[in-house]
Amino acid sequence: MMIPKEIGSVRFGILDPEKIRKMSQVRVITPDTYDDDGYPIEGGLMDLRMGVIDPGLRCKTCSGRPATCPGHFGHIELVRPVIHIGYVKIIYSLLRSTCRKCGRILLPEDEIETLKRILFSEELPEKPSHEEKEGEEELKTSVEEEEMEQMALNLIDKSKRITKCPHCGEEQGKIKLVRPTTFYENDQRLFPSQIRERLERIPDDELRIFGIDPKVARPEWAVLTVLPVPPVTTRPSITLETGERSEDDLTHKLVDIIRINQRLADNISAGAPQLIIEDLWDLLQYHVTTYFNNNVSGIPPAKHRSGRALKTLYQRLKGKEGRFRYYLSGKRVNFSARTVITPDPNIKIEEVGVPQQIAEELTVPVTVTEWNIDKLKKMVLSDKYPRVKYVISPEGRKKIITEFNKEEVAEELAPGYVVERQLLDGDVVVFNRQPSLHRMSMMGHLVRVMPGKTFRLNDAAARPYNADFDGDEMNLHVPQTEEARQEVEELMLIPKNIISVRHGEAIMGANLEQVTGTYLLTKGNRKFDRKTAMRLLGRIGIKDLPKKETFTGKEIFSMLLPDDLNVEYIGKTCKKCATCEKEKCPFEAYIKIKDGKLVAGAVEGAGVKSPGHIIKEIYHKHGPQAAADFINNLTVLALHVISEIGFTTSLEEGDLPEEILKEIKKVADKAEKEVDKLIEKYKQGQLPEVPGKTPEEVLEDLIMAELSKARKIAISLTQRGLGQDNADVIMATIGAKGNPLNLVQMQGMLGQSSLRGKRLTQRGYRYKMLPHFKPGDISAKPGGFIKSSFKKGLDPIEAFLQAMSGRDSIVDKGINTSRSGYFYRRALHAMLDMWVREDGTVRDSSGAIIQFRFGEDGINPMNTWNGKIDVDRIIKEVKEGS
Amino acid sequence: MKKSIILEHQLVPKHEIMTDEEVRALLKEYGVTLEQLPKIFSDDPVVKAIGAKKGQVLRITRNSPTAGEYYYYRVVV
Repeated sequence: MMIPKEIGSVRFGILDPEKIRKMSQVRVITPDTYDDDGYPIEGGLMDLRMGVIDPGLRCKTCSGRPATCPGHFGHIELVRPVIHIGYVKIIYSLLRSTCRKCGRILLPEDEIETLKRILFSEELPEKPSHEEKEGEEELKTSVEEEEMEQMALNLIDKSKRITKCPHCGEEQGKIKLVRPTTFYENDQRLFPSQIRERLERIPDDELRIFGIDPKVARPEWAVLTVLPVPPVTTRPSITLETGERSEDDLTHKLVDIIRINQRLADNISAGAPQLIIEDLWDLLQYHVTTYFNNNVSGIPPAKHRSGRALKTLYQRLKGKEGRFRYYLSGKRVNFSARTVITPDPNIKIEEVGVPQQIAEELTVPVTVTEWNIDKLKKMVLSDKYPRVKYVISPEGRKKIITEFNKEEVAEELAPGYVVERQLLDGDVVVFNRQPSLHRMSMMGHLVRVMPGKTFRLNDAAARPYNADFDGDEMNLHVPQTEEARQEVEELMLIPKNIISVRHGEAIMGANLEQVTGTYLLTKGNRKFDRKTAMRLLGRIGIKDLPKKETFTGKEIFSMLLPDDLNVEYIGKTCKKCATCEKEKCPFEAYIKIKDGKLVAGAVEGAGVKSPGHIIKEIYHKHGPQAAADFINNLTVLALHVISEIGFTTSLEEGDLPEEILKEIKKVADKAEKEVDKLIEKYKQGQLPEVPGKTPEEVLEDLIMAELSKARKIAISLTQRGLGQDNADVIMATIGAKGNPLNLVQMQGMLGQSSLRGKRLTQRGYRYKMLPHFKPGDISAKPGGFIKSSFKKGLDPIEAFLQAMSGRDSIVDKGINTSRSGYFYRRALHAMLDMWVREDGTVRDSSGAIIQFRFGEDGINPMNTWNGKIDVDRIIKEVKEGS
Repeated sequence: MKKSIILEHQLVPKHEIMTDEEVRALLKEYGVTLEQLPKIFSDDPVVKAIGAKKGQVLRITRNSPTAGEYYYYRVVV
């Protein structure tokens, strides 16, 4: 994204005591907050000059009310200075590097000069002009810079070890820091006031060497003499139901500080012994330290009366729930809801079932017009579900509708007002499931308020979200402006996303038994009597049947299709015969729909699931809504059809006849022998040479080819053995669930297991996978070729090898999803701000051209057939005049 | 200059230096400034091979499986 403005620099400094006094509106001297009447005490911590939080009062500084007064600082004059806990490290470092008497850096004059030269770039020779050899130069300077910085650090380090000042000859003491805030010099206590004096003596230009800008951060300011008191708005007190006041943690801490400060002052003026004064001084230091950070190691955290540790300044900012991560970089969304999703095939795919509770909470702004005013008035007056929750007047005043003011507000209602009413059936909302890596991860739905506590989603619409119903949760957003609503309706609604923009195929359609139901309905010449046909079609609202007694499945299916629909395609059941007999295909794999009538073929997955030829055709010819209606009708019909016909599978369903099992075994044995032969050939050097491959690689390739050939034969044998009418085979071939390989692995043989795409050789023990094999044996079985099936059971060795392969694929899946996820994210951010302009160019937000024509051809894949414009198809359509 | 063999390679599309006239027409057609065109470094092998100078615009004729020929314009920087 283009950044219109850039931050040049940020400067951090320490508040100067003078500045603290200047920005202060009040010197706080009283450790109390409110008097007995609950009125803020003057000079107390809730002084009205520091802002107001109680309604009805006015700020004495800006005369603003609680809503308008931003709050103002006050200050506390500390009787004795204390160290600021945040700067202890810097103070320690400065004390050790500078002279205790003259305040200069403990380095000889010439070394100080070197430091200045290294650190202040003004004195460096100007960089050569940027024309030629740019890269080279920059590299060199950055290396040099690094070296020099290191040198500077070394010098500063050295200064800490020097024991005699090279400038004034003063003998230096050994400074010790006892954490958190106590300093000693040669085992003698250094009080903050002494430390402050020493820091004051450090000259400005030598401070710069430590990276301190004396203009904004003199080091003595790190020893506090004045403490700023934050505005009351920063530490608001809350009134409990009992009328009792409860102060903020910061206020509590400030009370402690003022109290001790006062006691210290009293003791000093009374001439108390040094020991007592020092004790009080340390106590003041403790309170000021915990005021900044209540989690300093070495001192116990200050506790509330209840024993809870106080949350002071540092705690407010730090961590996940601190100001930065929680409020400043945190993102929250209003008008949204989230709950578990459950499937409901009886709602339409373009709908979403919204729980009553959620519908009552979310609101939609509606502008009052003379056409809807009566309805809205009724909703204002209502005290149950379709209710208006707020009314916004044309001046922008927002009113909550309550039991008491509803009549009055209803009377006031006029065109131009905006009301916020509860969610109703038919409202458009955006529905989303994370991870949102798709435009189809956020789609528009129409609300359907339902009982229960879950969002209801038609399972045909679950696929683009990649949702299932094992506990998935989804988010729902209510668009709040007319423009947003329009955008959702035009671009995001489910029907408009049935065809994927990625490849132009249908991404929603029948699933599982819906596909099977469709197939069973349309296969062969299944007959239904009038009563049954009536019942089935009645479910989807088709009431007018032709006057006849029996209906074929194809006729019933045809009733879902638009009248002028023409589709022809080769289905998944195709056997790839040498000559295609088209409509007369014996397997009904050639599907033909003419003028809205299914004339040939049994409709299967390719037609109604993916790529969804029939759905696609309806979408392009009759529009998104027609396609959505088709899916809605088809899925419901198919479900009832399959219940009517009956369809089942069982463990025995996949049993293969004895002779097929024998044949599969024969194939496996033969493959094993072939592999042995290949190895023999290799040993004799009879294998062909392949350019770019070692003889071992050639052997491996040939072995793999041999074994996968065996698996292929096993697949076809299994299919032959089970026959076409087998339930498992039907589900696998029509694309409802499973694939032929699953069937073979269950019934015939497992075949090759692999690790990282290779056979299981070269792994495990030296020269062999498991101790049971001979060293260097790379024949079929040691390589992981499994002859058993899941049903027969694996022998221990096979089970082990198979488990390795299984583990590998799970690890692989984990690694690949996270890696591709991050990859996707980077690509996303790189292309985030590009869009296709009106002239067909792809540009970024600065208007710079990325592509002169989108995708080189300017074609939207959504409107293509398989990513291309099929000219032959168009010509055919034009010729036939459809 | 020695004729570079990289231009002969089948994967290197045709690069031509456009005349000022053509560049003006191009900028006008897309309503952009020179800076908004895609860039190509002056030390790009092809740029060196055809001897293009900074500020000149190259017309690259690419073959596209779906669009036949596709023109791409890059300014030498």
